[in-house]
Amino acid sequence: MPLYHTEDQAMLAESVTGFMADEGGIKKQLRHWRDFNCKDGFGHGLWKQFAEMGLTGMLAAEADGGLAMGHVEAGIVLAEIGRNLTPSPFLTTSVMGVTALSEASDDLRGRWLPGIIAGETVLAVAIDEGAKHKPEKIACRAERAGNGFRLTGAKDFVIHGTSADAIIVAARTSGSDSDADGVTLFAVPKDAAGIGHNAVRLVDSSMASHVRFDGVELDGSTVIGEVDGGRALLNKVLSAGRIGAAAEQTGVGSGAFAMTTGYLKTRKQFGKLIGEFQALQHRAAHLYSELEIAEAVVIKAQQLLDGGSERAELMVSVAKAKAARVCNLAVREGVQMHGGVGMTDEFDIGLYMKRERALTEFMGDANYHAERVAQLSGY
Amino acid sequence: MSELEAFRAEIRAWIEANCPEEMRKPVQGEDDICWGGRNFVFKSAAQKQWMEVCAAKGFTVPDWPKPYGGAGMSPAEAKVWREELARAGARPPLSSFGIWMLGPALLKFGTEEQKVLYLNQIARGEIRWCQGYSEPGSGSDLVSLQTFGEDKGDHWVVNGQKIWTSYADKADWIFCLVRTDKANTYQGISFLLFDMTTPGVTTKPIKLISGSSPFCETFFDNVVVPKHQIVGQLNRGWDVAKYLLGHEREMISGAGGGEQTSTIGKVLARGGLDDPMLRAELAQFDIDALAFAACGEKFLDEIKVGKAHPAKPNMMKYAGTELNKRRHELLMAAGGSTALEWESEETRGGAPARSWLRTKANSIEGGTSEVMLNVVAKRILELPGA
Ligand SMILES: Cc1cc2nc3c(=O)[nH]c(=O)nc-3n(C[C@H](O)[C@H](O)[C@H](O)COP(=O)(O)OP(=O)(O)OC[C@H]3O[C@@H](n4cnc5c(N)ncnc54)[C@H](O)[C@@H]3O)c2cc1C
Ligand SMILES: Cc1cc2nc3c(=O)[nH]c(=O)nc-3n(C[C@H](O)[C@H](O)[C@H](O)COP(=O)(O)OP(=O)(O)OC[C@H]3O[C@@H](n4cnc5c(N)ncnc54)[C@H](O)[C@@H]3O)c2cc1C
Repeated sequence: MPLYHTEDQAMLAESVTGFMADEGGIKKQLRHWRDFNCKDGFGHGLWKQFAEMGLTGMLAAEADGGLAMGHVEAGIVLAEIGRNLTPSPFLTTSVMGVTALSEASDDLRGRWLPGIIAGETVLAVAIDEGAKHKPEKIACRAERAGNGFRLTGAKDFVIHGTSADAIIVAARTSGSDSDADGVTLFAVPKDAAGIGHNAVRLVDSSMASHVRFDGVELDGSTVIGEVDGGRALLNKVLSAGRIGAAAEQTGVGSGAFAMTTGYLKTRKQFGKLIGEFQALQHRAAHLYSELEIAEAVVIKAQQLLDGGSERAELMVSVAKAKAARVCNLAVREGVQMHGGVGMTDEFDIGLYMKRERALTEFMGDANYHAERVAQLSGY
Repeated sequence: MSELEAFRAEIRAWIEANCPEEMRKPVQGEDDICWGGRNFVFKSAAQKQWMEVCAAKGFTVPDWPKPYGGAGMSPAEAKVWREELARAGARPPLSSFGIWMLGPALLKFGTEEQKVLYLNQIARGEIRWCQGYSEPGSGSDLVSLQTFGEDKGDHWVVNGQKIWTSYADKADWIFCLVRTDKANTYQGISFLLFDMTTPGVTTKPIKLISGSSPFCETFFDNVVVPKHQIVGQLNRGWDVAKYLLGHEREMISGAGGGEQTSTIGKVLARGGLDDPMLRAELAQFDIDALAFAACGEKFLDEIKVGKAHPAKPNMMKYAGTELNKRRHELLMAAGGSTALEWESEETRGGAPARSWLRTKANSIEGGTSEVMLNVVAKRILELPGA
């Protein structure tokens, strides 16, 4: 399969690019909700518009009312979200949440998918425990109780945790914390008794929650997939989240880059446009080269994931690590090349820097994924 | 089964049946490469056989048209061919400047007679070409070149000097940039082809830091070149030269599966090394190598359908060569003091150190990294004054 978009994908990209620039732009969304101090950090009206565009259910099966598209298509949307810094629950809901629900019972899918597809329901995903991503270890416990389970423990960095109608929780149902087996995924509704939130605003103005589960009673119908056998599904959800975040990062990086080259072509010092200085030209050209490489490996990993390749897991980690490093370079160079104004809140370039940092941390940073690449490669 | 899958099965079976076992071992160094040419001494019967069976089918230049010695494969088929070669671990049957550089330029700018004659010779490995671009005073600033061809009616008389001419002492013919109009810089250069045995051509090898002497000073003393041996128009050789450089840079970049696209982390386990810092560096490298491999694949896919920016080979060359230099720095670090050995049997005559030193030229030959960045800044990013 060639590593560029098919005609259908190019058409999708064209319409999403226009939509996100018009409706999801920085002024209209990110700055608006930030300055409004919105408790969700995103707008529900825009989420509805996502649905009208057919984006919310793009990964869901046709039988469930979705479009049965793949990660290449989701990545197209995420790259535009990145470019415009559009706050939305798309990644946690339509990418990770829908991936989790793909293996849920008819009941559970029927309960959540229609609302997601309609742009009315939001999902969050609770995996991390602690400040760094380490899903190999899961201590949050769901113990059998009667016909169901009792959930006890804490989760961190739960993006959209307080806005979500349901939280997909990875919990331990047997074994010890670091066992691969014994993990189960649950779809925990927001109104279940015993859920406590400590909501925090992050550097990029998105909202995350430290969630506590204090003996939350769950009936068996909230289990996604097999009890104790959730690791494979969790890995699928992780891969979806990681490649999605990587795609969003390429959008953030190229958005920052476009803004920066634009500035190099307008700002004058020493009687010249600063873009005339070779010191800046070479750094810009290097950055362009890195961004091209990051975009290529992201689409490669998306295709492998969509094709069910056994190399997909490795390449997703390669893509996440590469996209993180490159996007980080893009925002650092962006702020630096803007000089003093790059440090101001008035200029958007700093917003790119903030978003980059949050995305890098989401689902494993570059070092986490480098470690994984080494392990998956057998060294 | 789709047509392409049927084609793949056919190619796979053909390679299985025709590629000698010995040609499925990795290339260890420059002297394992089959260059072809009048003076080429095959390293083994297998090397000769593999080149010949491939040439007979047009597989040495799979995507060139059949009348010119190719197999007429579509871009998708040529990709399958490359993938299947890699899968079988089969070596390229023939490598040459003719295939990488002159061929594409002739396909675009050559006359029908030139194509039929020269391309078939290249495809069959009969004529080996060298590149006469650089001069002592004209490296990065190539357009300032001084080698002059004086118009004598039906021929030119060429005088001057080239330098860094790779394999000039082994090549049969040269494609050469010659000034044919002193009043114009860009539009005063012609792209000439001539036989290295023409009277007045002499070469003098230059020794590299790696110890080998793959390139030469090349002198032209009243060399007669018939007028029909020009490619493209008189004084418009710069267009041909630039187009050819695009292909040269694509080749040097390793985008099509050069060594920089493969991972090296496994050397750690092989060497029994317990060095967490080196391990981390190797993992970072492997990430960059796999990402670059994807970028190379994407670039080749796009170039075949005209989706790639025409200046993209410059970016690929920059990224690929810098990566390859890093690769060999890490291999030297992993090899420790063993990798320092210059002549021992264990290192096959100092192969790690010699390869490491050789890669330093990657970001110089075919245009330096700095020049690549200049071109990207100007032609792709359209930065002012670049
Ligand atoms: C937090 C903060 C506090 C400050 N406090 C003070 C203060 O108290 N008093 C005061 O007077 N000033 C202050 N400054 C201003 C500071 O000195 C300037 O921002 C700085 O000199 C850069 O100028 P500029 O912002 O106009 O950027 P520009 O000069 O426009 O530079 C933009 C980019 O172009 C690059 N560039 C410019 N010229 C060249 C060249 N010739 N070659 C290569 N690259 C080039 C720069 O390195 C930069 O990356 C402050 C700035 C900040 C951010
Ligand atoms: C192994 C090898 C094989 C070669 N094979 C051939 C061959 O077969 N045929 C052939 O014709 N040539 C060949 N070359 C020559 C090669 O193309 C030149 O070496 C190259 O173009 C650089 O020219 P130069 O050596 O004169 O360096 P210079 O141009 O003198 O460059 C010196 C340094 O200055 C930098 N520099 C120059 N201009 C600029 C600028 N505008 N901005 C920023 N930095 C700049 C360069 O990047 C470099 O770092 C070969 C070279 C090598 C090393």
